[in-house]
Amino acid sequence: MTRINLTVDGDTYSDDVEPRMLLVHYLRERLGKTGTVVGCDTSNCGACTVHLDGHSVKSCNVLAVQADGSEVTTIEGLATDGELHPMQAAFHECHALQCGYCTPGMIMQAIDVLNDNPKPSEEEIRVGLEGNLCRCTGYHNIVRAVQVASGQEPKPASLEGSAS
Amino acid sequence: MTVTEDAPAATKEVGKDRRRKEDQRLITGRTKWTDNIQLTGMLHAAMVRSPFAHARITSIDTSEAKAAPNVVAVLTGADLGEGQGVCINAWPITPDQKAPNHLPMPSDRVAFAGEIVAVVIARSAAEARDAAELVDVDYDELPAALDLREAAEDKVLAHPDLGTNKSALWVFDSGQAGTGGDVEEAITKARSDGIVIEREFRQQRLIPAFMEPRSVVVDPTGEQVTMWSATQIPHILRFALAATTGVPESKIRVIAPDVGGGFGGKLQTTPEEWIIWAVARRLGKPVKYTETRSESLMSGHHGRDQWQKLTMAATKDGTLTGFKVELLADLGAYVAIVGGGVPVLGAFMFNAIYKIPAYHFACQTVLTNKTWTDAYRGAGRPEATFGVERMMDELAAELGMDPLELREKNWIKHEEFPFTTVAGLEYDSGNYEAATDKAKEIFGYDELRAEQQRRRDSNDPVQLGIGISTFTEMCGLAPSRVLGSLDYGAGGWEHASVRMLATGTVEVVTGASPHGQGHETAWSQIVADRLGVPFENVEVLHGDTQISHRGLDTYGSRSLVVGGEALIKAADKVVEKARPIAAHLLEASVDDLEFKDGTFNVKGTDKGMGITEVALATFAAHNLPDGVEPSLDSDATYDPVNFSFPHGTHLCAVEIDTETGGLKMRKYTCVDDIGNIVNPLIVAGQVHGGLVQGIAQALWEEAVHDDAGTLVSASFVDYLVPTAADTISFDVAHTTSPSLTNTLGTKGVGEAGTIASTPAVVNAVVDAIRHFGVTDVRMPCTPERIYKAIHARDGGAPTEGAAAAHFDAQDTADRTDGAS
Repeated sequence: MTRINLTVDGDTYSDDVEPRMLLVHYLRERLGKTGTVVGCDTSNCGACTVHLDGHSVKSCNVLAVQADGSEVTTIEGLATDGELHPMQAAFHECHALQCGYCTPGMIMQAIDVLNDNPKPSEEEIRVGLEGNLCRCTGYHNIVRAVQVASGQEPKPASLEGSAS
Repeated sequence: MTVTEDAPAATKEVGKDRRRKEDQRLITGRTKWTDNIQLTGMLHAAMVRSPFAHARITSIDTSEAKAAPNVVAVLTGADLGEGQGVCINAWPITPDQKAPNHLPMPSDRVAFAGEIVAVVIARSAAEARDAAELVDVDYDELPAALDLREAAEDKVLAHPDLGTNKSALWVFDSGQAGTGGDVEEAITKARSDGIVIEREFRQQRLIPAFMEPRSVVVDPTGEQVTMWSATQIPHILRFALAATTGVPESKIRVIAPDVGGGFGGKLQTTPEEWIIWAVARRLGKPVKYTETRSESLMSGHHGRDQWQKLTMAATKDGTLTGFKVELLADLGAYVAIVGGGVPVLGAFMFNAIYKIPAYHFACQTVLTNKTWTDAYRGAGRPEATFGVERMMDELAAELGMDPLELREKNWIKHEEFPFTTVAGLEYDSGNYEAATDKAKEIFGYDELRAEQQRRRDSNDPVQLGIGISTFTEMCGLAPSRVLGSLDYGAGGWEHASVRMLATGTVEVVTGASPHGQGHETAWSQIVADRLGVPFENVEVLHGDTQISHRGLDTYGSRSLVVGGEALIKAADKVVEKARPIAAHLLEASVDDLEFKDGTFNVKGTDKGMGITEVALATFAAHNLPDGVEPSLDSDATYDPVNFSFPHGTHLCAVEIDTETGGLKMRKYTCVDDIGNIVNPLIVAGQVHGGLVQGIAQALWEEAVHDDAGTLVSASFVDYLVPTAADTISFDVAHTTSPSLTNTLGTKGVGEAGTIASTPAVVNAVVDAIRHFGVTDVRMPCTPERIYKAIHARDGGAPTEGAAAAHFDAQDTADRTDGAS
């Protein structure tokens, strides 16, 4: 067992963990942060994406011990004082989710894309989200949501063109 | 028919692009997935699976695993015995169908790689997984039936005891059924004075690949045994547990909490569910099992997997005279819950939107030693639509006609509805001309055709292809009498309840169990209109058999057209129960009341009372008319009178680099007629996602087995679910021919995109390179296959010389030691 100290969604934690424990399992099983999910075992799907010291990581690809001394933000730490993060609001507004399983990871990655490049083109958004799989939406409305969150598309009153 | 005339305030909510109620918990990480469940004292399971496609189990040594830290039990098929129940096939497609016994965990022989041979139970999931590695299983490998065509010849038997791999032959013939002529006559005649097109197409094996891996928790404590499962079908699951494990149905509670996608892949009763059920009851402790992605891809059921032999007959002017369909369908190792019924659903759809005078459909289902197959989004209809739409393009090419013109010549005209097809279905409504005109305009069909010609003429290395798919499908499964006539093991009705709470909100219970579709939002819209209550005040409950006690769940684009109709009938009963109470309280005659926008008004006066006020008065029950029960709550079970028949025109443009085989999708336009729309936002989402799944079949996805029967595409590294970077944005639009068979005039939309898009894409690929003599590219149309198709005639001449031209000699000179 190894002792780790870290901050998750603004709260500090101190735990003994097995050296082999993945960060995603630590978040889910020890801290109850079940908003972050596991979708594959080959780090392809990105469902487990969180921010580690401000950058997106696939938390199935990080050991809990590697997060020692770090600051982790999960989907559960995004909204402040009941106010949705603009990316969460854009996903809701643009119907960028259906079953919602990929959504936490997709939102965390989308925020990271805009942190790196605040006004990305459609192509840059698509490439930026390449490591996150979604089986429901066909990505159309996810791309739209990132465009809206980046302020490049007016908030759609309706998704015109999508249903005329 | 605009069927909304009698609906109070029908324009208020239905039709509005309401943002979804479901989203709040999903975007903030407060979702309840099965794998999130932790119960006191809960144990964890890991499965030991066969690495062989076909083998006899000679011994299983569990001693080392049992001795591992915190292992509670290691159990084999022999340990569980008959108590483990059996996996069922609900649709024996013929009376003499051959089906092997399907135990959740066999003890003597495994029939596909991935089949479970032992289960390890430990105090943590990691310890269970570690110990599973220590279970020592000895196998005698047996020859495996792998290739579908060879399996159909019984060269190697998947199940030696059955004596054959051929499970069932299902035939429909329009001459015998009296719905049309004799197809052999039509083909013979066309061979002499018309035109006959013969093709064989491959529907590759696919994997549903829902994002949430399957997970199951069983808690045997308490009076009822509770199972949580990531399933599309909690009600059918409960029925099947009762039917096969000897536990009374009333002692079983099944809960499908938030479920992360299904696409047919969770329309199953699984060995994993049955094993955890048996183990938890045996140990008396709650047990959880969550599969890994590799396990999911290997042992969750697969989809499609057919060979299609198609013969189309026509006159020389392009009038269809006959269509003959001969299918080989791979069942995999077992006949799954729907099993052979999936390809059989295609029997009613190969004739599609066309007036075909003579039709024959024959489907031979075949057992092999691969993962079992069952429903995958579209289930039988994508295969049929692919077959007929590819054939229409081939016939058009042979005749030198524009493929849209050929289709229009043969399709059912809008004034011909209702139309009884050669397969015996009655299409209630549709307008193929309107959808096609709109699609052509949005797509810019004529301009793209002109560009295609310019590229042809200039011998452009990048060629443009235009693909068409004018599809229809049957959905809203299903009228129970039709299912009965096909020997399906259940009905096709759906159930709904509406409960008026004293404090003004309304609880709706639906038997259609959603897993991402947005029922909570759409059902709220329907009830808000029907009862005149605010959208926000409707709560939709589902997925727990103790709350939603009746239902047949979600698949086959049935929820809205069947479950939605049940909901309307239940809501209308609430109004009728409230009416005499309102009349009594308003001191008016029942006949003088009219119900509008949530209020009972006394005609010709300003006296009125809201339905929620009536609900409160009914709750208090202080002053009710004599003999009236103090409840407005109502139930309805609705059995559909017909399928619903959405249709649409999909147009796809692809650019193909003839020098590399590389493909780029340029544009995709679809105009779907799905009748009246309850929520255009949800509809657009269903279409987008459906399109990508169909496009993925055309271009990327395939479950590949090696010569030993091992699935080599058993992770997301190799099974190519498309990413955002692989796909484009779509033009989605609609025309509207309301359905005549339900109150709201709606048609299903869940599968339409997937059904329509695959042939549109492959037709575009073939259209781009047809001038190289190409008449087909097998799916998935990879750059390699496209390149080989282009160069099939020139033998795929080496291209090093062409590539060398791009480099200077000095840059490519070999400077390794001794080279000079």
